[in-house]
Amino acid sequence: MVMETTSAATDKIRCDACPVMCYIKPGAAGACDRYANHDGKLVRVDPHVILERTVSHGGKLVPFSRTEDWDGKIVHEPSTFVTAIGAGTTYPDYKPAPFIVSAEVDGVDMVTVVTEGIFSYCGIKVKIDTDRYLGPETATVRAQGEAVGHVTTSEYGSQMLSLGGVHHLTGGSKKEGRVTCDTLMDLANCKAVELTIDGGATVVVQAGRPPVVNGVKEERMRVGCGSATIGMFAKQWQGKVDEVVVVDDHITGVLSEHQAGKLLDIPDSGIKMKGRRSTPGRYFQVADPGTGWGGTNISDPLAILGPFDAKEAKPGLTMLMVSTTGEHSSYYVLDEALKPVETEMPADLKFSVERIQENCEPALCTVLFMAGAGGSLRAGVTDNPVRLTRSVKDALTRVTSGGAPVYVWPGGGITYMVDVTQMPSGAFGYVPTPALVAPIEFTMKLSDYAALGGHMDYVKPLSEVQNGDDVRQLPWQNPIPGPRP
Amino acid sequence: MTRLPQIAMLSDGRRLHLQDGPIDLIIEARGPAHDVQVAYEAAARRLTGLLDELCAELPELRAAARERTSLRSVVARRMHAAVAPYASDCFITPMAAVAGSVAEEILGAMLDAASLDRVYVNNGGDIALHLGRGEHFSVGLIDRPDGDGVMRTLRVDANDPIRGIATSGRHGRSFSLGIADAVTVLAATASRADAAATIIANAVDLPGHPGIIRQPANELQPDSDLGSRLVTRNVSQLSRKDIAAALESGAECARQLFDRGLIEGAVLRLCGDMIVVGTKDIREQRSRPLALENAVGA
Repeated sequence: MVMETTSAATDKIRCDACPVMCYIKPGAAGACDRYANHDGKLVRVDPHVILERTVSHGGKLVPFSRTEDWDGKIVHEPSTFVTAIGAGTTYPDYKPAPFIVSAEVDGVDMVTVVTEGIFSYCGIKVKIDTDRYLGPETATVRAQGEAVGHVTTSEYGSQMLSLGGVHHLTGGSKKEGRVTCDTLMDLANCKAVELTIDGGATVVVQAGRPPVVNGVKEERMRVGCGSATIGMFAKQWQGKVDEVVVVDDHITGVLSEHQAGKLLDIPDSGIKMKGRRSTPGRYFQVADPGTGWGGTNISDPLAILGPFDAKEAKPGLTMLMVSTTGEHSSYYVLDEALKPVETEMPADLKFSVERIQENCEPALCTVLFMAGAGGSLRAGVTDNPVRLTRSVKDALTRVTSGGAPVYVWPGGGITYMVDVTQMPSGAFGYVPTPALVAPIEFTMKLSDYAALGGHMDYVKPLSEVQNGDDVRQLPWQNPIPGPRP
Repeated sequence: MTRLPQIAMLSDGRRLHLQDGPIDLIIEARGPAHDVQVAYEAAARRLTGLLDELCAELPELRAAARERTSLRSVVARRMHAAVAPYASDCFITPMAAVAGSVAEEILGAMLDAASLDRVYVNNGGDIALHLGRGEHFSVGLIDRPDGDGVMRTLRVDANDPIRGIATSGRHGRSFSLGIADAVTVLAATASRADAAATIIANAVDLPGHPGIIRQPANELQPDSDLGSRLVTRNVSQLSRKDIAAALESGAECARQLFDRGLIEGAVLRLCGDMIVVGTKDIREQRSRPLALENAVGA
């Protein structure tokens, strides 16, 4: 114990931002919550943004500069927002205080209603930046063998999963519900989760991290489809190579036939592609989907070529084959029999492959939590909650989740999406129902709040609510502790 | 050169935000425009250097309070006075009343400078009030945004003896020895409310319960005034019986403080259950556990 204290003491720092002179441990903040010890350095954190979170997402930490002086001028407050995990409150009430002093009807005090919503109607949309084949659309996604969601419509350069929802949470077996709940909670709390897709791949998903597909970490998103890649790089290839094939599970591009090649007067090469031809130089289904070249199942790209046309092709013709991420590439020269022979790639073509790689963004998994907060809270409420919905739609009430901005879907209810990496860590919990507990804050003017229901001076006895048969009582979920008290 | 606090009007143009070190104040005054302006200037002026006054006596402020004190500054003495009633029964330091005492001091400076109808000074949830003749504040307790059934309001009138409201609990910025999610106290002054909220929140507890994780305060904050006392870090799912027992323990403490005239009322919350102790007005809304409806109504 003594040893520990001594060694730890070396990492503590004395904050001199104000006369309190807090002694701050690594990873902790001082009494003000504004200055913190980050790896032995004094840093300023935005008020009440949790340090660990800030550090782990690499932003918003501003080193404390001793020379900065308050000018004391009355200036407009920058829009800071305090998170509310664990029934905290939001700006400007820094501390959990169920009582909020409010001016009356003419008041403009912000009333911040902090709650941790219990959501059965909730789920997670995962965007996985990969062209690798994860599984057929609508295929079941499993965690620990239990169905937790499905593969949904893919997006540009990304495969999409839709997980959770009331069907898996409460519609299936007990185990299915529990595993779904665990999976959602782990993903929402930015933990890694292994998912298997029926008839497809096993993928490890973690918000803000690259996906791992069948044990292989995805490095980058493709720069575009094969056709788009031809369009982007045609000029750079002109005069350096006779033919280029950009292999892509979706649209494979062929330089000499492509509009971009035609515009540059690139001559026909006599190449014959397998697959279904779309517009010139663009081919669908050159191979089956897989985890090989460009999201196809092939490991030898020549497999997608037929024999060269002897009328057009000549021995010595050069060809570059490259995947949409630049991850795979080969260079060929036609021999006397017009057969492509793999050859060492010239430096300027290597450069173009590297350029493709460089233009690919890092592949990430992104996790959006989505839930409906509208009609779900009907505990004997006689007043119509639609007013809250309208207030949100009219932008009078601001909705946040753990202080993070949310997108509120148009239409009925308050169905919102939030990027879980924007939320403080450990923001999500669960109840054994199973259902997820997520923070949600409604911030509005007092006058608007009064307008919502107009009962600032009217209290309906709760006992009337409680005795209803359709009400199930659950203990208030223990607020999820943040890294700091 | 004296370090100036951060001084800003909030975007509504009506409330003043002052901040210096750990002191963070939201202030709204109502009255003639000129008086409000003068009062805001007085608030900013009084806050300037106030933290330094406190820090000059920090070692004693962080030490267990005794009956007598050698503290000198007016705010420090107010802190001591607020905790002194508890000093013989338990460990408490004047720091337990720092937020409320500062709020009270700023309020006092404003009222000395100007004639105001109504003012609140909210220091991170510890609030000092001023109510002129015939004025009142509506204090709202809100748990859920869209259910009027789970909301209470309390009207603080000028003729009520309440000029301070404070909240303490394990989720706040300070450590708690107890497990209460929040204890809100109404008292004659903000400093008294602050001290009492700390005492009552500490009393909401289940000593020895295996589901409660505690850690020495000074392992978390090396210079915590609580020293090596165990502060609550985490509370696992508690049975309804446990919740009721812990709340009752806190409520009993609150009743004693009420009987001694130290507080005017308290609302104690733990894991969704609530107990209200206090004056007739609050007691009319008797203790009722909060309902939390399942989203699917299962």
